[in-house]
Amino acid sequence: MYLTKEEQAMLDGEEGETLQKAIEILVALGDIYGADRLIPVKSAQIAGVSYKTIGDAGLEWISDLHGKVRIPSILNPAGMDLQDWKKMRIDPEFAHKQHLIIEAYEKLGISAKCTCTPYYLEGFDATYGDHLAWSESSAVSYANSVIGARTNREGGPSALSAALVGKTANYGYHLDEMRKPTVLVTVECELEGSDYGALGYIAGKMVDSGVPLFILKGKPDNEELKALGAAMAASGAVALYHVEGITPEARKNKITRPEENMIIEESQIREIYDRAEPDIKDLEIITIGCPHCSPAELSLIAGLLEGKTVNKEVWICTSREVANEHFELVRSIEKSGAKVVCDTCMVVSPATERYKTMMVNSGKALAYVPGMCGVPTLFGDIYKCIKEALNE
Amino acid sequence: MKVKCRTISRGCAEGQVLITRDNISFLGNVDPKTGKVVDANHELFGRSIKDKVLVFPHGKGSTVGSYVIYQLFKNGVAPAAMINLESEPIVAVGAIISAIPLVDRLEKDPYSILMDGMCIKVNSSEGYVEVTEG
Repeated sequence: MYLTKEEQAMLDGEEGETLQKAIEILVALGDIYGADRLIPVKSAQIAGVSYKTIGDAGLEWISDLHGKVRIPSILNPAGMDLQDWKKMRIDPEFAHKQHLIIEAYEKLGISAKCTCTPYYLEGFDATYGDHLAWSESSAVSYANSVIGARTNREGGPSALSAALVGKTANYGYHLDEMRKPTVLVTVECELEGSDYGALGYIAGKMVDSGVPLFILKGKPDNEELKALGAAMAASGAVALYHVEGITPEARKNKITRPEENMIIEESQIREIYDRAEPDIKDLEIITIGCPHCSPAELSLIAGLLEGKTVNKEVWICTSREVANEHFELVRSIEKSGAKVVCDTCMVVSPATERYKTMMVNSGKALAYVPGMCGVPTLFGDIYKCIKEALNE
Repeated sequence: MKVKCRTISRGCAEGQVLITRDNISFLGNVDPKTGKVVDANHELFGRSIKDKVLVFPHGKGSTVGSYVIYQLFKNGVAPAAMINLESEPIVAVGAIISAIPLVDRLEKDPYSILMDGMCIKVNSSEGYVEVTEG
């Protein structure tokens, strides 16, 4: 791998131990994946934040680092609402450790905003062709597919290294040839809202780590594309997809349809909604906001809950910045008894484990919550979720 | 005998070989407090990786494995060095942040030239492995 004089000096330790380790990680990954050089990245989004995930080992490592990041850098969701963790009934010892992790990241100049939707935040509004070093799988998918930016799915330490060095290794989805579709997915029915999450849940398992090119009947909006990508990155390992006539690379470039064609029928989508297990009688909690809600989604939920009172535990997950900017929507949602939960989500918080059965409108949450949190999960569209919350 | 290899994590260390054909998921397979392999289904079950030159095909499992390697290092029970057939990011990152020399792609098959208990030197800064005592 080619290194500039400055990069070589950094690797030789001339800029201190933290930067030496950071660039050593980037170079090692570059060597493993056959990168030719390092390239500058515009921003970093760093995984390895929830104490539930990284534990004391991760906390120790981050605390031992010195220096400051060179590009705008932001964090993945944490294990709890950082301000109002008590409303989630988080154990105080967990809260203490979680705060230590956030403080250790902040010491390195990283923004303590914890979200899987950095693209809704100022300073992280990536544009077409930008190179990024993002971690969270749905954010990676959104950046690559919906925005047309370029990022691999960075692990926590490699994203942090990229943030410190301001660069990443040039391989994978940074390269044109790796962005070509590998499989065609034809969907034979019209889709709406959470159907896209259900589609992603099915397609991810079929495509695994390929690059699917979708042929769809309708025109999904960006929230629907967000749900599609998030689910595919969870049930499979899809980090980039295209939709013919919709996503930027499929519109701007001449994309050849791959030969292999998978067909998804309406009955497969319905099956996700109509599962007999778990029993809806055991439903204890409804969670919406995986990935974190956009302002438009908060507005829809506020409208559905207006003047009503929920009868079950309800979490609406979003980023703190979006919540602060739309505090009137938050206030309106919370008036119903539903909780607007920031900085975290149902997948990464240990608070999820207390509940017997959950309902979600997210294909990603459906893929993760039963296994990672041990909570049987039902799937419904946003109207069904709110209806169950209100016990109508 | 010196055998050339590819450098993944730089450094130089000596130790006794502990060799396995099983891949290792550091999260779950190894106890970060003791350095012992705790997965009953693993070929190295019950053995300690502390101060050893750990030879295995490659890592697997959760990316949290990188942090577990760091914890082994902080607890003083990490391997002295590691040799892979083909390194992947979890073990690569764990080795680098823990200053454990790691190499892969030896010019000779490590399973034909290395045996449990052999003393060897891994000089990954210079890109070779040397058998110091048979």
